[in-house]
Amino acid sequence: MNDTSLAKFSDLANPTRFLALASRLLPWMSVITALLIAVGLYLSFTTDGDYQQGNTVRIMYVHVPAAWLAMMCYTVMAASAIGTLVWRHPLADVSHKAAAPLGAAFTLIALITGSLWGKPMWGTWWVWDARLTSVFILFLMYLGLIAFNKAMDDPSRAARVSAVLILVGFVNIPIIKFSVEWWNTLHQPASVIRMDGPAIDPEFLWPLLIMAFGFSMLFFTLHIAAMRNEILRRRIAAQRRLAARMANREA
Amino acid sequence: MIALFFRDLKLSIRAGGGALIGVLFFMTVVAVIPFGVGPDLNLLSRIGPAIVWIGALLAALLGLDRLFQAERDDGALDLILMKENPLVLTVFVKCLAHWTATGLPLVIASPLLGLFMNMSEVAIGAVMLTLLVGSPALTFIGAVGAAVAVALPRGGLLVSILVLPLAIPVLIFGVSASYAAVQDPAPFLPPFLILMAITLFSSVIGPFFAALALRNSSD
Repeated sequence: MNDTSLAKFSDLANPTRFLALASRLLPWMSVITALLIAVGLYLSFTTDGDYQQGNTVRIMYVHVPAAWLAMMCYTVMAASAIGTLVWRHPLADVSHKAAAPLGAAFTLIALITGSLWGKPMWGTWWVWDARLTSVFILFLMYLGLIAFNKAMDDPSRAARVSAVLILVGFVNIPIIKFSVEWWNTLHQPASVIRMDGPAIDPEFLWPLLIMAFGFSMLFFTLHIAAMRNEILRRRIAAQRRLAARMANREA
Repeated sequence: MIALFFRDLKLSIRAGGGALIGVLFFMTVVAVIPFGVGPDLNLLSRIGPAIVWIGALLAALLGLDRLFQAERDDGALDLILMKENPLVLTVFVKCLAHWTATGLPLVIASPLLGLFMNMSEVAIGAVMLTLLVGSPALTFIGAVGAAVAVALPRGGLLVSILVLPLAIPVLIFGVSASYAAVQDPAPFLPPFLILMAITLFSSVIGPFFAALALRNSSD
């Protein structure tokens, strides 16, 4: 990273600049998200079903992007946690706090769609398989982090301590990724991101990729919106405190 | 450091029976299980190692908040933070003392509970050995949670929720090593060695992150 880009990145530490940038970016990002998801949904409903799985294969177009996003969201949170602990970047605090509920939502979508698919295909809603269990633990960690942020009063202290927790919990992400290779699992191994190219038919690959990009854009849009809301919420809290102090002085 | 070790050990043994509460809780949890699943001795001997391990895990979590909370309350924690010794080392020694006061009694009590569970002698020995090797890992991982709890005004339960997922690998390999000792085809050594590796790994990582959390939670 050269000096100018570093300077630009630290410019964003000024919340007002970030808010200006966010209000310019958000409409565009929302439009792109809506378009991508609309095209992705259209494609997922118009392509042929799999000859073995029938129509249940369409669950994959929601399940797989949601699962990817659940892991990416934690990675974003871990990067922000490093930003909090190393550079004390004020936006990093806001970033990992805002990302936790989004990650929990995507993980929940992945778990629910997975079990809806599992019932007709595997014959059961849930198995204690390595991949499913580790994703469930990811969900619990998201909920724990949300509860932790709610329990603390001082936001900057909460951010620093939860950053430590996020970094410790990051050990789960490689476990989720490689669980299908390390253990004999019922869950199928990776078929899209592989060294020797995707092992999935292009007919299924295209809707999946478009849905994945749509979900990623959805995540970034919601993330920036949530960060904006968090900054505004902190400003309102600060102003309320100020107003209370003024009222106290007048009385 | 040695002085700190004995100070912590004495405090936890003498002050209000804090160390023995963990063992009592452990025994109570294990004693409740037969009421839940019924007094079928065959079933109990089959699930015994897992029950003893889960009981030890819960008992270890129960005592965790005592690791830094008392120091926080009487202000000794600020002195520890200001000391010239590396904080990681201090945390490590405190973990060792905490394990000696609360973890070791669990290991010693486990054969008795193994008898209650109608486990064979080999299984009892295996559970005791795996607990001896694995329970320090629980303390080291839990130290992170205990350090985080210092920042919270009311956090005991929340910390258990945050720490429990991280302790799952210890439970998995501890229980699988205990079962491998009893059931023939599965080898005992690989899960046992992985359990040792987890303990050594967490003895480095745990104090480091606990120290980081302690530094960041002080105002």
